[in-house]
Parts: sequence; C-alpha cells; structure tokens
Amino acid sequence: MPDLIERTAEGLYCPAGDFHIDPWRPVPRAVITHAHADHARGGHGAIWAAEAGVGVLRHRLGADAPIRPLAYGESLDLGRTRVSLHSAGHILGSAQVRVEAPGGVWVASGDYKRDADPTCAPFEIVPCDTFITEATFALPVYRWPEPASVMGEIRDWWRAAAGAGRPAVLCCYALGKAQRVLNGLLEHSDETVYLHGAMTPLVAAYRDAGVPMVPTCPVSEAPRDIDWRGQLILAPPSAAGTPWMRRFRGAATGFVSGWMRLRGNRRRRGFDRGFVLSDHADWPGLLDTVRATGCRRVLATHGHSDVLVGYLREQGLRADELGTRYEGEADA
Amino acid sequence: MRRFAELFEALDGTRATGRKLALMQAYFAAADDADVAWGLYFLTGRRLKRVIAPGRLRAIAAGAAGIPDWMLERSHAHVGDLAETIALLLDDGNAVPSERPLAQWVGALKALRDADEARVAERLTQWWRALPRLECFLLNKLLTGSLRVGVSAGLATRALAAAIEQDENLVAQRLMGDWQPDAGLLAQLRAPPEAGTIASQPYPFCLAAPLEGEPATLGALADHLVEWKWDGIRAQLIRREGRVFLWSRGEELLDGRFPEVEAAAMALPDGHVLDGELLVWTDGVRPFGALQRRINKQKPGPKLLREAPVVFLAYDLLEADGADGRAMPARDRRARLEALIAGHGGDATPLRLSPLVAATDWQRLAALRAEARSRGVEGFVLKRADAPYTRGRRRGVWWKWKVDPLTVDAVLVYAQAGHGRRSNLYTDYTLAVWDGAALVPVAKAYSGLTDAELTEMDRWIRRHTVERFGPVRSVRPEQVFEIAFEGIQPSSRHKAGLAVRFPRIHRWRRDKPAAEAGTLDELRGLLEAVRSAS
Repeated sequence: MPDLIERTAEGLYCPAGDFHIDPWRPVPRAVITHAHADHARGGHGAIWAAEAGVGVLRHRLGADAPIRPLAYGESLDLGRTRVSLHSAGHILGSAQVRVEAPGGVWVASGDYKRDADPTCAPFEIVPCDTFITEATFALPVYRWPEPASVMGEIRDWWRAAAGAGRPAVLCCYALGKAQRVLNGLLEHSDETVYLHGAMTPLVAAYRDAGVPMVPTCPVSEAPRDIDWRGQLILAPPSAAGTPWMRRFRGAATGFVSGWMRLRGNRRRRGFDRGFVLSDHADWPGLLDTVRATGCRRVLATHGHSDVLVGYLREQGLRADELGTRYEGEADA
Repeated sequence: MRRFAELFEALDGTRATGRKLALMQAYFAAADDADVAWGLYFLTGRRLKRVIAPGRLRAIAAGAAGIPDWMLERSHAHVGDLAETIALLLDDGNAVPSERPLAQWVGALKALRDADEARVAERLTQWWRALPRLECFLLNKLLTGSLRVGVSAGLATRALAAAIEQDENLVAQRLMGDWQPDAGLLAQLRAPPEAGTIASQPYPFCLAAPLEGEPATLGALADHLVEWKWDGIRAQLIRREGRVFLWSRGEELLDGRFPEVEAAAMALPDGHVLDGELLVWTDGVRPFGALQRRINKQKPGPKLLREAPVVFLAYDLLEADGADGRAMPARDRRARLEALIAGHGGDATPLRLSPLVAATDWQRLAALRAEARSRGVEGFVLKRADAPYTRGRRRGVWWKWKVDPLTVDAVLVYAQAGHGRRSNLYTDYTLAVWDGAALVPVAKAYSGLTDAELTEMDRWIRRHTVERFGPVRSVRPEQVFEIAFEGIQPSSRHKAGLAVRFPRIHRWRRDKPAAEAGTLDELRGLLEAVRSAS
C-alpha cells in the first residue's frame, strides 16, 4: 500500500486527498498546522486551519488569505480521505492533522509540546497507525524543567535587575513564547511589561482570542520621560545587539528558549541569563507521545530525526526520517 | 561544592573584570584555607591529573543514563562538552546542593584512582544523581581535568592577595611554578616578605603586547631597545644555591631536557636569574620545527644533541647577586646582562646574548623587518628603555612588531564543533588547497571570524553537510577563506607534505569561487622561498 502522506517538492502531500500539509511552495489546497513562518506560507488556493489560530494566521498571511477555519475535532472530506484537526499544544491554534483513509489513520503533528501552557489548548493524543513527529529536541540531554519554576526564575531575575537599578530585557520568540511569558507573569506581577514593535500585533491577537496576560505597552508608546530601570521589556532575539537596545542602558539580558539548556548556546549569544522554556516536546515528551498514539510506524521530520529514528528502531518500532524544510525552534 | 559552583556561575555570568575580582575575593575571604587553596588551584587554570579515561567515563555515563553508547556520542557531539552532557543526561531537577567542601570533593575524586572499576562506576553514578546540574558539571570537569574558568591566573592572584591582605607581587611570585594546594600553601603566602621565596621559584614573565598602529606612534626609536623576536621557547634561567633551574613560560620546569644549556649555566655566579629564549642553533637559528624534536624529549640522546643543539639567548636580567633587579630600567638591566654574559658565556657557549638590532630611525627598522622571515625570526620586540620589568602583558613596556603573515586562499572541507563558548557551533575548520583536481587539507583554523559570521557559517555547514564522521562533518567544498600563517615547513606527517604554523582565518572570501582558491604548488613555492632565503 502506498504511503498516505509523502514528501514532494512542495512539502508533505496526501495523494488520496489531493492536499498538502504546511507546503513551502504555493499549492491548490493546503492544511496548515500553525502560524510560524516555516509552516505557514502564503499563495495557496485554499487553506484549512484550526479556528483558534485564525487570528494569528491572518497576521502572517494577510486579511485576504483564503482560510477556512475548522474547529478542533470537526471533520472534512477531502478526496478519498477524511481530515480533522486536533490541538497540538504548541502555540495558539496549533493543530495536528489526522488523515483517515481506508488503509489506515495517519497523524501529522506539526510542532507540538506536552508541557502545561495556559495560552493554548493542550496536546490531544490522537490514536493512529502512522505518526509523523517533529524531532527538534530529540536528544536525551533535552528535558524541560517545570514551566512554573522557570517563570519563578524569570521573576527573580527581573527583581534582581530592578534591585540593581537596571532594565531587564527578555528576548523570546514573538509568536507563542512571548504570550506564554506574559501569561505566566500573571502569577507574580500586575506591572506593565513593555513590548518591542514586532510583538505588539501578536499579543493583541492573543488578547482578542481571550488569552489572559499581564498589561502591556509598546516601547514606542511609553511615556517620553520613562525611567527604564526596573522595567521588563520583551523583544525578539533579533533585536539583541541592535541600536534599538541602546535606550535600555546597562540592561540585564535574558533569553527564553529550549536551546538555553546548553551553556554554549547561552554564552555564545552573550545573554546574561538563559531560561529553559520551550514550545516543543522534550526527549521524554517525544517518546511518551509516540507510545501514547499506539502507532506502528513513525516518520520523523525536522531536528535530530536520525537520533529519534535510531532509538525507536532499537525499541522495535518501524521508524524513518522524512526530510522537510521545517526549522523547529530556530537555533539560538 | 555549592559555594564553588555559585562562584563559577557568577563568574560565568559577567564579563566585567572588576566584578570578577570582587566575586573571587569574596570567595577567598569566606572559604577555609583548604578550600581557598583548591579554589585558587582551579581558578589559576591548574588541573587534577586525570582520574579516569574519557572512554571509561562515557561508558559509565551511558549506563547511568540508561541509553545506548551511540546516543551518548550523539549527545556529546551536540553539546560539545562531555562534562556538561553527563550533567544534562542525569539531571532530574530534584537534586539539592552539596555542602561538602571543595577540598573534600577533590579528595574523594583522587581516591577513585585506586578504586576498582565497579566501585568507580557506583560512586560516580551516585554522585551524578545526588548533585544538581551545575555541581555535577563541575565535578565532571574536575574529574576530566578540563575545567576552564573565564578568569586569568593574574586576576585570581590579585583577588587572593586582596583577600589575605598580602602584597600582590609577592603573592604572584610565590605562586609561580610548582605548588601544591595543601595546608601549607596559605601559611606560605601569608608569610612576611622577609621569608622570601624558595630557590627554584621563577619571576612572573613580562609579555609583549602586539603593536597595532605605526611604530612611530611609540615616540623616539632611541628610547627603545630593539631585538629580534625569536620563534623558540620562552624560558627563565635560574642560578641559585649552587643549582640551575630552567622554566618555560607555561611555568613548567624543563629539568634535564636541555642539558647543554643547564651545563653552560653552571658557569654563572650564584644568585642570577635570566629571561631569554631557547632555540636550536647550528650555523644560525633553525626553524621552530627543529626545536619540536627536542621539546618532548625528557632525556635527549647524543645523536639528537648533536643534530639539534640548543642555546639560551638571554635578553633580560631579573636578579643579580641575589637581589631582585626588576625595578631597574631596561637599559641598565641590559648593560649588566651584557657584562654577565661576556664574563660567563658568549657565542662559543650555549649561553648567549640576544643581540640588539641597530637602526637609527623607524624607517630603516621597517626595512630590516622585511628581512625577518629570511632571518628565521618573527619580527621585532621593542622594549621601552626606561621601563622596569613588569608582570604579564602590559601595554607600553614591551611591544611585539611582527612581520606580516603569509596567506593563501583555502577551501573549507571539514568542520567540527568548538568548545566552551563555541560548543554546539561548528567553528573548527579544516581547510584545503587544490592539488590538480583534488583538495588537500593544509590547515586547521579556529578563529578569525566574528560571532555573527560564525553563526552564519554554522547554519551553512549544517545545511551543506556531505558526511558525518563522529563529531566531524565534511561539507560541500564551496566556502573560501583567506588563511594567514606565520611560517611554513616541510612535513612528512601531513598529506600535503608541508605544514603551516599558527594558521588562522584572515578573511571570508565570499567573492571567490572554490575553483579559484589556492594550490599546493603555490604553497610549495612559498616553502621554497622561505627555505632558500634562510
């Protein structure tokens, strides 16, 4: 029996349903798992995506993008297949794609995580025959600490910076991570956090979707005479080392990312502190998920897919690599 | 261990020298003598003799983490550091800090050397599980003798001197050479100046700072002593209490390795200390390659002594007649040195004088510099004539004015991840030149790119990998770098038949296609030019 989903020049393709999943070139019919740039590209004839993520997806693809929202669990017939979307727990509106055909059930999980994250629906275990998984952090050195304790570290670091009369500039990805941090801070603070311009619309999209977060204000709209000492500012990693940073003289700098688990990554980027918080599954999370789906076959996409495949094979599972152009959490 | 780990973490989190100094001083002031001694030992870059072979350590770690060996290898290649890899694999997030003092941990580690294999595995597994990630990382670093802390030995010495309220120069001198971090160390360091030092103890070396601008900016040439910059082993020759001690700049005692120099130095009167360079000298100075044959020979045989005779070229006098003369102006030290060598050594002996280079103005000196390579030297050292002999690399005392490097455009063929700040980043490059249609590796280069360029190259390497060989990746031969190097020598150990000295990346030649990179013939030409000139 031919594979239900295969890799083509345009991306993952389902011949029986004649649609693509997260294609990187324009196609007639695309199912998009989430709004990160390496998964959500524009120019497609029709796009299906999870209803919960339409706001952020429109921010990426434009107001006119031909998006057809699907509720999680709602099914749709495409060609000879039945397709449904299920929450992936990665970011707001992220989805796994379940494809059912007479020959069996395949799930393409996009990017996903298993840790608690109040800013999006939790990962749903979708039983399947073949599971297509990411492998961004597929090495046993990657195990995430409790997100709540990491939020505590961020709070302590911010307080220490404030105590020393320094601004605290925290770098994190603008879509997903920033909102997760702003939500996690609710536990510790009700102070206004200042945002780099790249984050403002995405934070607004999360607020529109009803995600609670601490009050925020764009840096550009802060009072002219603001004293940045003691303030917390969120910025994308690309802002580090640019002239934009100059206004926060003497700032303590931090970076929130799964890659911060490694000393080398943190030191190379020159951040004072690294906080280990990721929107991807860690090594135990990947193995648990594969096991929980009950799948008989695994196809691993971006990241350390060869390690995951090698390990699963040793465990007696059928596993192969599936090359894609997804980047996972961009390397620090 | 907790306190040392906290110090390490805090030092790691700052780049401000003043802050590092304060952190170390606070540690020294609060720790007991045994922990001060061991802390100092590690902060000054000293290491424990290896307790366990890395291969054995990896096997125990894979067992403790419950993963196959190949996964430990992949994790290690990704993290770039074995100590950190193990700490990450065994981290369950629940361990509590260890209040056991550093000195006791060191004792426990050393005891492993005599333990049987099963016992070693059992102890290590137990410690790895019990210690929090950072302490586990440090323990592994001590175990493998690979701890690196981002402070200079000089800074650690300063912090200690401040903590024990002792004169910094005296502490620095007492910490030169061999010392053991035992109970007696702190007592010795705290002793009053009159207690002096022991006979074999060298003085801290004065190092030359690189001259970046035009030499004329230094002022008048007449205010400087000019010498050739020799390409040998920097050494300090001590003649005290009827004996001779020869120290390398790495503070290693070179006992017995250069018997001809030690024998000649016996002719010196007692209580003299000389600074100079060890070189192989036949009818003139031989290239560094000739000295390499001697470096690792503990007891050179008669054949080697005949083929590669070594001389000590003296260029400074630090102690005369038992008195520390470092405060004297360079001009006066030089005069006394010349008299000393004239009376007790000279060109017929292995104890010689590094001659002064005579030039009346900077322009003429610059012309002479062009001859440096053919004379087998690296350029000039310019010493301020009225300056004392200082410790470390201080600008304005000694300058090195090196000859421009040789260069060639080479193609990146292999990449390997770096260490420390560059772990998990492909920064160590093997570069090749064309030999007909084949690329022959000629150099490994580690530095010279900016962090942004390194990151960009890292991505390129990951996307253009052809094959993986453990931690090494072969890449598509497309990237061209101009590499600079100080010298070139024939070599039977290298496939290219030649070896370049101190290669580093000078420039990223984004403009140059790989096909237009340099050739082996071009390098052979350079080799011939250098050899025929000398």
